Amino acid sequence: MALAKTMERNGKKTPSQRVSEIVDKTQGSQAWNSIFRPGSVFRKGYTDSPRNRSYVVMNSVLYHLHPVKVKRHAVKVSYTLCLGGLSFFLFILLTITGIFLMFFYRPTAAQAWNDIYTLQTSVTFGLLVRNMHRWAAHLMVLTVFLHMARVFYHGAYKPPREFNWVIGVILLTLTLLLSFTGYLLPWDQLSLWAVTVGTNMMGYTPVFGDQVRFVLLGGKEIGTDTLLRWYVLHVLFVPFVTVIFLAIHFWRVRKDGGISGPL
Amino acid sequence: MTEIPEHLKKRAEEARAKAAAAAAGGDAPVESAAPAADAPAAAAASDSRIPAHLLERSKSAKSRSETSAVEAAAVAPTGGGVATALATAAPAATLTGPAGHTQRLLTVVKAGSIQDIKSVPVDKVHTWPHLLAVEFVASLAMLTFVLIFSIFVNAPLLELANVNQTPNPSKAPWYFLGLQELLTMFHPMVAGVTIPGMGIFLLILSPYIDRNPSNKPEDRKFAISLFTVQMMMWAILVIIGSFFRGPGFNFVAPWTTGLFFEL
Repeated sequence: MALAKTMERNGKKTPSQRVSEIVDKTQGSQAWNSIFRPGSVFRKGYTDSPRNRSYVVMNSVLYHLHPVKVKRHAVKVSYTLCLGGLSFFLFILLTITGIFLMFFYRPTAAQAWNDIYTLQTSVTFGLLVRNMHRWAAHLMVLTVFLHMARVFYHGAYKPPREFNWVIGVILLTLTLLLSFTGYLLPWDQLSLWAVTVGTNMMGYTPVFGDQVRFVLLGGKEIGTDTLLRWYVLHVLFVPFVTVIFLAIHFWRVRKDGGISGPL
Repeated sequence: MTEIPEHLKKRAEEARAKAAAAAAGGDAPVESAAPAADAPAAAAASDSRIPAHLLERSKSAKSRSETSAVEAAAVAPTGGGVATALATAAPAATLTGPAGHTQRLLTVVKAGSIQDIKSVPVDKVHTWPHLLAVEFVASLAMLTFVLIFSIFVNAPLLELANVNQTPNPSKAPWYFLGLQELLTMFHPMVAGVTIPGMGIFLLILSPYIDRNPSNKPEDRKFAISLFTVQMMMWAILVIIGSFFRGPGFNFVAPWTTGLFFEL
């Protein structure tokens, strides 16, 4: 009403009216309300109440991963040792460091090794990020493996979680594949011969061993085609498949009633 | 006091008149059924699913009715002991039972026979802050570890790959060194394809092989020992392959010859 009156009086808005209009519009927008939603840490006046605790999870993307409430024993570090969560965290860390490495790397036999060398010597934090990528990769193989052992010792693969165990074994295989495909990329003596040993073994697959080896190497011998092939597998194909199985894995955890009960 | 609605009162009166008429006409069948029903009742008592205290109550009610010799009052357990009816056979104007009861026990339903209650109340806590805080600290600790380790230990980068110069020894990545170790004992097809393939397959099948529903360690000694032996065997193979194999993949002692191992 007041606004209408002033508009009638002056025929145009004062600067302060314009500002307050913009503020109202912004604060009424969907983007604003999704950031400063109830339960957001950015929201003014967050109080520690059961209602707000629920909102933190319910009103954020976290709701895709966690329920609002979990069993009390499920938050005990001594039960899970955080191994599954840490494997996922390492996967994220590897994605971030891996994207950084991709800026400086070309998957050809002529350039790969030089790119890595230049990355280590002339790129800021290049050596550090490459180290992190490598060590996190080895650690991830370890944590995924220990996670599997933990699940076995708790009997958590038993009904109703048997399907999720199957997904988990697939994820273990995918983790090994991710690590192994990345192993070739530095294109040094270590990677070339480690991969030679590995793929020679796969060449002994019954009946179509030669074909398997040919598809894996993109030729009869390891060369620049192999490098391109394994690069694409390493940065796109296997991570893509892994993310899908991760989603199923996390979804199944909730569908099967949270993590397995106390022993 | 609540008033009983007129139509309900009327309906009850009609029902009462009908029951009285039926009891007057059907005296004979009830009387003849009563002695016959005693025998199956005795037989059913042994395998009865009626709780003991209810059986006691009905038995004492029966004896009381017999001693007080209420004419033709019968306790007729029916339906193999599942349902019990204390029926007043007398066409009495009063609606009280043999021992002055004002209700009849129509049936005893065992808990869980009709409605299966699946969810037992569990002790739950809010995901925020209880679980998220733990996850955050765990990932922070992992990040710190990876970062500090990467500052001090560099990832290996050997000289440029050279297909004409095979390093001695050539080793696969550490997680495949167990397989490479098997390669010294078996035909490559067995060591490289059959054994790992069977391993993955058995791992996937383990929830379907192990049908023992318990997840308590004391109930699953066999499964746990089998799994532990497998893991130990695998770990030992990897350790031997990593540290105790030197040039020509022959046995070496790492403390005399040094390590032939790159991560």
